[in-house]
Amino acid sequence: MNSFPSHIVIAPIMLPLLTGALLLFFDERQRFAKAMISLVSCCVLLLITITLFQQVNSTVNTEVAAVVSTGVYLLGNWPAPFGIVLVADRLSAMMLLLTSLLAIPALIYSLAKWHKSGAHFHSLFHLMLMGINGAFLTGDLFNLFVFFEVMLAASYGLLLHGSGQLRVKAGLHYIAINLVSALCFLIGVSMIYGVTGTLNMGDLAQRIPSLQPDQRMLLETGAAVLGVAFLVKAGMWPLNFWLPSTYSAASAPVGGIFAIMSKVGIYVIARLSFLLFGSTAGESAGFGHDALLYGGIATIVFGAIGVLASQALGRLAGFSVLVSSGTLLAAMGTGNATVAAGALFYLVSSTLTISAFFMLIELVERGQDAGANVLAVTMEAYGDAEDEEEDAEMGVTMPGTMAVLGTCFAACGILLAGLPPLSGFIAKFSILSAILNPSGLGANDTIPALSWWIVFLIVFSGFAALISMTRAGIRTFWASIEGTVPRVLVIEIAPVMALLGLTLLMTIQAGPVMRYMEETARILDLPESYIQGVISAPRATSPAEEARP
Amino acid sequence: MELILSIGIGVITGSGIWLILRPRTYQVIIGLSLLSYAVNLFIFGVGGIKSNAPPVLVDGVDISTLTDPVPQALVLTAIVIGFATTALFLVVLLAARGLTGTDHVDGREQSK
Repeated sequence: MNSFPSHIVIAPIMLPLLTGALLLFFDERQRFAKAMISLVSCCVLLLITITLFQQVNSTVNTEVAAVVSTGVYLLGNWPAPFGIVLVADRLSAMMLLLTSLLAIPALIYSLAKWHKSGAHFHSLFHLMLMGINGAFLTGDLFNLFVFFEVMLAASYGLLLHGSGQLRVKAGLHYIAINLVSALCFLIGVSMIYGVTGTLNMGDLAQRIPSLQPDQRMLLETGAAVLGVAFLVKAGMWPLNFWLPSTYSAASAPVGGIFAIMSKVGIYVIARLSFLLFGSTAGESAGFGHDALLYGGIATIVFGAIGVLASQALGRLAGFSVLVSSGTLLAAMGTGNATVAAGALFYLVSSTLTISAFFMLIELVERGQDAGANVLAVTMEAYGDAEDEEEDAEMGVTMPGTMAVLGTCFAACGILLAGLPPLSGFIAKFSILSAILNPSGLGANDTIPALSWWIVFLIVFSGFAALISMTRAGIRTFWASIEGTVPRVLVIEIAPVMALLGLTLLMTIQAGPVMRYMEETARILDLPESYIQGVISAPRATSPAEEARP
Repeated sequence: MELILSIGIGVITGSGIWLILRPRTYQVIIGLSLLSYAVNLFIFGVGGIKSNAPPVLVDGVDISTLTDPVPQALVLTAIVIGFATTALFLVVLLAARGLTGTDHVDGREQSK
């Protein structure tokens, strides 16, 4: 018996698709109507994902019931290995919720001025949400490719939103790199199909243990090529040189929502490495974990150096994305479910932080003196964007601007560095404690040297973030030469505060959140539950069939 | 036939990789197109190479003479998506040419 109202699983894909399509029919001048439809749709999306999340969370999670907690939706009612399935399990539901939590603030922020600076912002925004949600939900490798492309195509448009030389240049590199990685994706998928004859992830996981050695080699090659495509997205060194310049070139609300996009790569890697190469994969068990581990470590180093070296805040945020990705990849590479639980907590916390930070940067930089390099470049590139600020009908200016901005900036710094009391600390602490106690607290195992390296680097990357944020903060808030106070609208700072508020909530409610993450990681480490859930998913019966005896 | 197909894929891939590493945006886009052709042929290849084999099961046809229809469906999807993204890239390429005044991928000529 399926406990889900049957169609809610596909709703996070359909809703943004329909909204995105609907908004195309509105003229650009009907901005208010577009904004309202867009906002309402995002709120409905949030409600849907909360419902999905609660349903996944409320199922009793004994070993057997883990199967039930996987909401499987058979598209076109084809039985599982033959048709495409959508799977909403704990991990997917969490990522969907995170996406919609990021989408609303980014959208509200854009209403202040950004959505006016180009055509079809709202449509692109919703189509990108559709791609992201689809990538989180799908249980089919090729369908994943399609959703990846939907997400990427929309993200190309969003990156170029606002135009300007800087963005077009960054966009050119971004598109070229992603087209190449899409080709890697196709090569990987087709090799895996050629070996196993299936594209369904659950079915694939079932078939991997029984492969012949020569087929196994091909499969692992295919998986590695496939992995390259996701690692480009996730930003693993040395596939990540595009990321800081692209993310810092994007307009602020777009940067805010792009924060989740590199996590899509992380999500797919976590999903596939646990499912296909987890404990049940026979001889292939643990394939790729070393690559993730060492790649993650290299990414942390690269990201931390970048954070220290960044002059502009935008690049600092871009490198923070890399540090976050590196930490997650290294944690996934340990292949340990307890570490993965901490990593998931870190994923949510760091995504919220980075998203808030991207939006905050634009507000902070607005106040900097025109001599600052970044602003000069920005002004040169975007021409007379200042005209837009005159029509402030969307909201009132913020009182006590500098105090609020400074507080938000400090909160971002604390979160990025992983200092107490905010959730960044809890996240890093749980990763570190799990790495140092691989088989549970008090088990007294010997800790390999590599673990010490990861611990050192995670702490070091936090330290680098602290130094860099302090330096930038002093330069911006205390030692600014002109001391002009930026005009900041309430609807611009409120989303930033809301995102930071969410991290505060995660800090206060750390217990329940962490329990959810632990349960998620435990189920992630049990591929059988996913496989069984997908393969044994019952077909929906039509009333005519039910009437028959 | 396998040999010809694999040599063909190899040559196209090699040319494509050479071209995407070149500094002109037009070379990059031609390289990407070549690469996507090579990948499409590759996807065809994984289904096993058969000529004149029907992809659809009909009564009275021996199942061993059928060709696998899934790679063909995948190729179709890949072609459509590749086409769309290449067209998009072409637009960005023209915009970059217009904004920077050069067709170098970095938006400026390398200083000699």
